[in-house]
Amino acid sequence: MSSRAACFWATECGRGCSIRANYQSTTVHIPPADATGNLDIIADAHVREVIVGKDGKAKGVLFIDKTTGKEERVKGKAVVLAASSGETVRILLNSASGKGISNSSGLVGKYIMDTVGSDMSGQIPALENLPAHNDDGAGGCHFYSPWWLYKEQKAGKMDFARGYHVEISGTRGMPKGNNPVPGHVLQGLYGTELKEAARRYYGSFIHIACRGEMIPNEGSFAELDPEVKDKWGIPVMKWHWKWSDHEWNMAVHAQKTFAEIFESAGGKGLFDPKRDPKKTLLKGGQVIHEVGGAIMGADSKKSVCNQWNQTWDIKNLLLCDGAPFASNADKNPTETIMALAWRAADRLIEQARKGNL
Amino acid sequence: MNSQDQENRLPRRRVLQWFAAVAAAEGMALPSTLGQEAKPAANGYGQDPVMAKSYEKGEAWPLTMTETEKKATVALADMIFPADDLGPAASEVRVADFIDEWISAPYPRQKGDRGAIVPGLKKLDEECQNNFGKNFADLSEEEKKKACDIMAKGNHFFNVFVNLASGAYYSDPRCWKALGYEGNAPYGGPFKGPPEEVLKQAGVEQTVD
Ligand SMILES: Cc1cc2nc3c(=O)[nH]c(=O)nc-3n(C[C@H](O)[C@H](O)[C@H](O)COP(=O)(O)OP(=O)(O)OC[C@H]3O[C@@H](n4cnc5c(N)ncnc54)[C@H](O)[C@@H]3O)c2cc1C
Repeated sequence: MSSRAACFWATECGRGCSIRANYQSTTVHIPPADATGNLDIIADAHVREVIVGKDGKAKGVLFIDKTTGKEERVKGKAVVLAASSGETVRILLNSASGKGISNSSGLVGKYIMDTVGSDMSGQIPALENLPAHNDDGAGGCHFYSPWWLYKEQKAGKMDFARGYHVEISGTRGMPKGNNPVPGHVLQGLYGTELKEAARRYYGSFIHIACRGEMIPNEGSFAELDPEVKDKWGIPVMKWHWKWSDHEWNMAVHAQKTFAEIFESAGGKGLFDPKRDPKKTLLKGGQVIHEVGGAIMGADSKKSVCNQWNQTWDIKNLLLCDGAPFASNADKNPTETIMALAWRAADRLIEQARKGNL
Repeated sequence: MNSQDQENRLPRRRVLQWFAAVAAAEGMALPSTLGQEAKPAANGYGQDPVMAKSYEKGEAWPLTMTETEKKATVALADMIFPADDLGPAASEVRVADFIDEWISAPYPRQKGDRGAIVPGLKKLDEECQNNFGKNFADLSEEEKKKACDIMAKGNHFFNVFVNLASGAYYSDPRCWKALGYEGNAPYGGPFKGPPEEVLKQAGVEQTVD
């Protein structure tokens, strides 16, 4: 896993780094796992449910072979679901012929979360017509501001309880098929004049994003859809979403802050001053940091998983994606998902060696 | 030739009529009077592409531009991006082929742009026939300028076209210089921040190593 080369500041990261220096599971996790000789990968396998034996233990999974449409089974001493939080919840609820498993608490599907998102773009005249230069090294997410108003929150001066971090992007990035400058600066132009305007404005636009903590609430949950099924006849999820004032007010705060940042840089935020700043709050799911739905906790009546990602009801069934998240801190979720999965895997191996599965 | 001459070639009243008509044509499906009938675009998303394969033209989804549409697209793209000191002409980097791929694709955003481009190209040729007796691609340089000046005053089709053409044009490495993109080249070590002359012009100082 640590055999990756260092970044060499070239070739597009989002399209898959040409020297495989970027992080992605296909090039970072799978090759060393494969090298152990202990890994079998079954492609085109769409898991429908976890098979549970008479003894109450997980015995394997039942999946649809997408190339034939047939039901198949794989067996195991333990089952680890990591299908991304929403799908893991779906598999749990569809198991036991749709009666659901690991749900004695009734909390499977409850307390789903996303990140609080509210964005603003702006333009900075000082960045116009800069001499051409390579600033790929400043691209991506190399600007980051952690939350800075803990003391004010503690003193009760803020109208929302949790924090957000700020991601700043922009720069003279590689053009990738979209207009490299916003269309409005080229409006009314064509020919050499248009090229000069593109040259002038390129790199002078900055995008600022609030990425904040959502507090889980009763109104945000997922359940099996009573009607809609996928092409294999398996019920899909139905989502319910509610933001609380904590999130709405966070978005308003972010909008005010971002407008001030652009102004103090001698530029301007690109927004309609008559808009309702609350409406800038992105919809639940739009930041694609979906977590929760199988909450981790110390009490089996109030949670689905224990501290080792094992479900309380079926100990050899582990949930190793974002489903066990009890909160969704403003940090992006993947590293926490991986850290918890690593910890759970170490524990699983230890328990298997002791014969405790 | 000065701009007064150009103004005189097309009576002002006709210019305004045209302007109004082009604006009204946005998103409208017009009956065909010129060239071939537009072909239907692909339906549905289909399978994911095979990443290890190189696709032939039109293999991912059928390309839908007619000969007439393609000619107008090539000519208009070359008016927007002519060959000059800042870079090659749009036709040299095949901007029209990119636009054909784009508007033929079965995704919502591309379908939306198709709704502006296909009727817009048709309207453009119709107006050129009405005013000059020729399709846009066959106009003289001056006549093309006249037509572009009118559209540049505010026309949804023209704005969408410029956006797509810019995306295509600047994505070709031969056009990076025109924009001032100099990246995608290893620094030979860690990034050390922008060069001195850039910091100076922006009026800032580098405070971190
Ligand atoms: C565009 C985008 C950008 C993001 N950027 C960031 C970021 O910058 N930082 C960050 O921390 N997070 C980011 N995220 C979120 C991050 O990608 C997810 O939180 C993370 O990938 C979740 O990991 P996972 O292992 O739970 O699920 P996934 O990575 O989604 O893996 C689930 C796997 O299970 C398979 N699967 C699903 N259902 C079934 C089934 N029924 N049967 C068999 N297999 C199944 C899927 O094919 C998939 O391979 C981003 C997400 C997106 C979409």
